[in-house]
Amino acid sequence: MSTPMAVECQGISKIYPHFQLQNIDLSFEQGTVMGLVGPNGAGKSTILRLVMGLLGPDSGSIKVLGNSMPASQVSAKRNIGFISDDMRLYESETIAFHMDFIKSIFHSWDDEYAATLLQRFNLNKQQKVKGLSHGQRVKTTLLLALARRPNLLVFDEPTTGLDPVVRKEVLNEMMSSLEDETRSILFSSHNTLDIEQISDYITFIYGGRIIESRNKEDFLDSWRRLRLINSNSCQLPNLPNIRSIQKSGQLCAVTVTNYEDTTPEKFTNAGFTVDTVERLTLEEIFLSNVHYAERTAKKETIS
Amino acid sequence: MNLNFIFSQTDKRPMYQQIMEQITQRVSIGDWPANTPLPSIRHLATEISVSLITVKRAYLELERDGVIVTQQGKGSWVNASLDLEELQREELKNHVEQAGKLAKALAIPEDELVNMIKKYT
Repeated sequence: MSTPMAVECQGISKIYPHFQLQNIDLSFEQGTVMGLVGPNGAGKSTILRLVMGLLGPDSGSIKVLGNSMPASQVSAKRNIGFISDDMRLYESETIAFHMDFIKSIFHSWDDEYAATLLQRFNLNKQQKVKGLSHGQRVKTTLLLALARRPNLLVFDEPTTGLDPVVRKEVLNEMMSSLEDETRSILFSSHNTLDIEQISDYITFIYGGRIIESRNKEDFLDSWRRLRLINSNSCQLPNLPNIRSIQKSGQLCAVTVTNYEDTTPEKFTNAGFTVDTVERLTLEEIFLSNVHYAERTAKKETIS
Repeated sequence: MNLNFIFSQTDKRPMYQQIMEQITQRVSIGDWPANTPLPSIRHLATEISVSLITVKRAYLELERDGVIVTQQGKGSWVNASLDLEELQREELKNHVEQAGKLAKALAIPEDELVNMIKKYT
């Protein structure tokens, strides 16, 4: 039996006058974590809003926990916890007020878990929102979402602006919620470290399109940097998977995607000495992808 | 079972290898003797806040190396027919490999590195 899907987006587009989200396919099964990476304005938040049913797509289909969005958003939202920066808490009310409020709407509210989270996050529920720091606000919204025990947690930029201690607390608590294998997380971040740490799948978005979407281990495995020595002034082989080339005298660093065991041979056959082959961090892959996408986009405009 | 895995941010190796090392070390020093059940992939992942897929990969590779045995639906254990001596040699090899890489990065010549190691034998 196959695991039910948490999110299934097929061919979704959303057209704005100055921005177009095109042909987005995004799927992952329940019990896993999907991380969206991309520069500012790439379309990450738009995708999250489409998944939440806050926006309707111009074309394509979206299913969340088996519900078609936005048509069945009411039933779907019972099981989704959405957290975003622009969610407002009532400034003059206490954390306890918000907890009671959410509890009155969602019967799935778990008092015991809420109390545990208060303690773990070191929050005082009698405190009013206006006195909370940014980190405390993020932790409060996370508490309000998690204590409902939603099947899907959708989190827009969870760790932006958090200090390392709070960031770790937030990531740990996101991961603990996965102890139950029916729970899933979809989140966006430009903090590539967070994505690299907790995601099972990574989707890379640039300019409203998906550049790559695959499981994280394959994703990280497919990229390499080869440090080459070119003592005989040879020409680099023209490989389609080269993403960047940096030269300095006889030294040459080539970044490739779709790396295979036979890749170094292709350079030695062309007369190069392969000094080292290095793996890349997600941040390096991110930058490489963005630069390559920018260069390709420029070439397209010129031709 | 204590799952206090300590990872180093300055360790350049991929996370799955660091998890493998932490488990292998526990086995080779005897903290996790033969037949010790390993935590489930999901439990370890949530405990150390690392993605499931990374822990899954570490377990797969540990099984390939013969350190653990995994049975579908039943979980994983420390391999009872594991050659502990072989494992310890493997561990030593890893350390030497790290030392070699570091020496190369610091441009320390081979014979100097050998002399350094000789000091401790």
